[in-house]
Amino acid sequence: MKIFLKILFFLAIIILNYNHKVFAAENNSLLKQDWSFKSFFGKFDRASLQRGYQVYTEVCASCHSMKYLSYRNLAEKGGPEFSEEEAKNFASQFEVIDGPNSDGEMFTRAAKLSDKFVKPYNNDQEAKNANGGAYPPDMSVLVKARKGGADYIYSVLLGYEDPPADIKLDEGVYYNKYMYGNKIKMASPLSDGIVEYSDGTKATQKQMAKDVVTFLMWSAEPHLESRHRVGFKVIIYLLVLTILVYFSMKRIWSRIETKI
Amino acid sequence: MSEHQYEPKSKIGKWFNDRLPMLTLADHLRSYPTPKNLNYWWTFGGILTFCLITQIITGIILAMHYIAHADLAFESVEHIMRDVNYGWLIRYVHANGASMFFLAVYIHIFRALYYGSYKAPREVIWIIGMIIYFLMMMTAFMGYVLPWGQMSFWGATVITNLFSAIPFFGESITNWLWGGFAVDNPTLTRFFSLHYLLPFLIFGLVILHIWALHIPGNNNPIGIDIKKPSNDTVPFHPYIVIKDLFALLIFLLIFAFFVFYSPNILGHADNYIEANPLVTPAHIVPEWYLLPFYAILRSVPDKLFGVIAMFLAIFVLIILPWLDTSKVRSAIFRPLYKQFYWFLVADVLILGYMGAMPAEGTYLMIARVATVYYFAHFLIILPLLGRKEKTMTIPLSITEPILGGMPNQSMTKNDQKFKD
Repeated sequence: MKIFLKILFFLAIIILNYNHKVFAAENNSLLKQDWSFKSFFGKFDRASLQRGYQVYTEVCASCHSMKYLSYRNLAEKGGPEFSEEEAKNFASQFEVIDGPNSDGEMFTRAAKLSDKFVKPYNNDQEAKNANGGAYPPDMSVLVKARKGGADYIYSVLLGYEDPPADIKLDEGVYYNKYMYGNKIKMASPLSDGIVEYSDGTKATQKQMAKDVVTFLMWSAEPHLESRHRVGFKVIIYLLVLTILVYFSMKRIWSRIETKI
Repeated sequence: MSEHQYEPKSKIGKWFNDRLPMLTLADHLRSYPTPKNLNYWWTFGGILTFCLITQIITGIILAMHYIAHADLAFESVEHIMRDVNYGWLIRYVHANGASMFFLAVYIHIFRALYYGSYKAPREVIWIIGMIIYFLMMMTAFMGYVLPWGQMSFWGATVITNLFSAIPFFGESITNWLWGGFAVDNPTLTRFFSLHYLLPFLIFGLVILHIWALHIPGNNNPIGIDIKKPSNDTVPFHPYIVIKDLFALLIFLLIFAFFVFYSPNILGHADNYIEANPLVTPAHIVPEWYLLPFYAILRSVPDKLFGVIAMFLAIFVLIILPWLDTSKVRSAIFRPLYKQFYWFLVADVLILGYMGAMPAEGTYLMIARVATVYYFAHFLIILPLLGRKEKTMTIPLSITEPILGGMPNQSMTKNDQKFKD
């Protein structure tokens, strides 16, 4: 029993510290947010995801692609959960090149649910050329591709400030205190009131940063809610089974004279 | 092997068993006499078998959806994560499964080191085990390349470049490994092919490992030879099976925690950036389980000798049964060896930490000292210790210490510590 309690105790410590250790320890200087998707039962804030999509399309999408997402994802469970109609509408605002048709010609049509998010640039070179030589990274898995994750992206969005006196910046380079190397070629993308939320939420810089990061977290980990749900069931199942097996083991080993 | 000859009860069973003695084998596995004082450190053999099978099953499913092509690999992994039903679960089990596999194998190896399980008559088990370990590292390394992220690409570049240190043929060998003049699509496809092949070699070696184990039987915490079957043993089923199952479930709880609640914590963020030969990541770091060897590699100033040192680090493990000259197996009865054992554990942990740090300044100095100590442990301390060390009196059987015949009380305590 001693070992059993010890192990459970050990597990409990890991689990209780989970929030602090796993997400927070990475980089202490980052701005912290109380993200709704953290923790054992973490879920996305649906309204925040929908607002985040708005910020993405109206602000980020002019430079950043999101090539692994499809418009249908917007209506899927565990995501922003727009209605299918709304998702269709969003898609139809974009144009894609399809074809060839029966005449052998390529043609343009409005995007459908099954299409991937339309990219802002035709190719990487065009993207670089339009952005002073810096390639705006694809945002599909951006949160997972940066150390510090959601907190890091959030901090960068809010980390613009005037450079210290000893740092000279070239034309088109900005100072950001959370960016690696502190230099960033993207101008501060968010400013108060740059978008107008339809649900009446005040579009402050912080609010928009929070919403868009929530959206980016979902786009990087679209099955996060399902993962948390399944995980909880699996762990409960394993715990019960472990206890049952433990007592069976005690019973079986009691037949002989030895400690286990 | 059990003493009595197994005889199937049914006629058809007897008919079949005379032609292929599978039932005899099953009976042997069931009744296999196992020392009854095995502690929980002995449950990792079963856990490792579970890990291997899990990796093979999840791997086969992933291979159905994965595309081994430099332009499509990264995208196909995202396809698995997003569009394949429970693809995220299968991939996260596979990716974290590799880490759990190594965690278990390190505990398994260090258990063998503590209790002297590599000594006569178990040298062959040990050597097969080391070959498995080596193949595991190769498999894991090639598996890490498959998602074709930045760490995949640059990890592959760094490791394959090691072979260029070989005099005269270095360059031709690396070109041959790459299938070109740099890590590229041909490298990816061959790594995929080998990553699929090696686990089955490992599986075969595991069978040999277990076969070789069943000839002398298990070592035990006291490290003495025991009569089998006797008062000192229990049949494998149900006693060991249920105990292994209990330990496996505890292990699975931790495994599940990683898979469901922090699936990316053991990986590197850069691997979610698609491979780009034109951009080098700031720090190229291998997976955590390879870090001690990476530290040894980097602590030698010369590239060629660094590579040699890294391979020697594994080679000294293979010849360990002949380096350790002590006749006493278990560290419980070797007071000095016990000290050095824990020094070695600390040394390997330090090496692992240094492997993750940039190779410069103090880090490099510490890594060098730790590397020297690693080799000193195996090549100087162990051979000398066997001759000089005063070991304690060893009990005659397992039942003896349990029934109160232990000559020294402090030993009971120590034994107890490892049981828990």
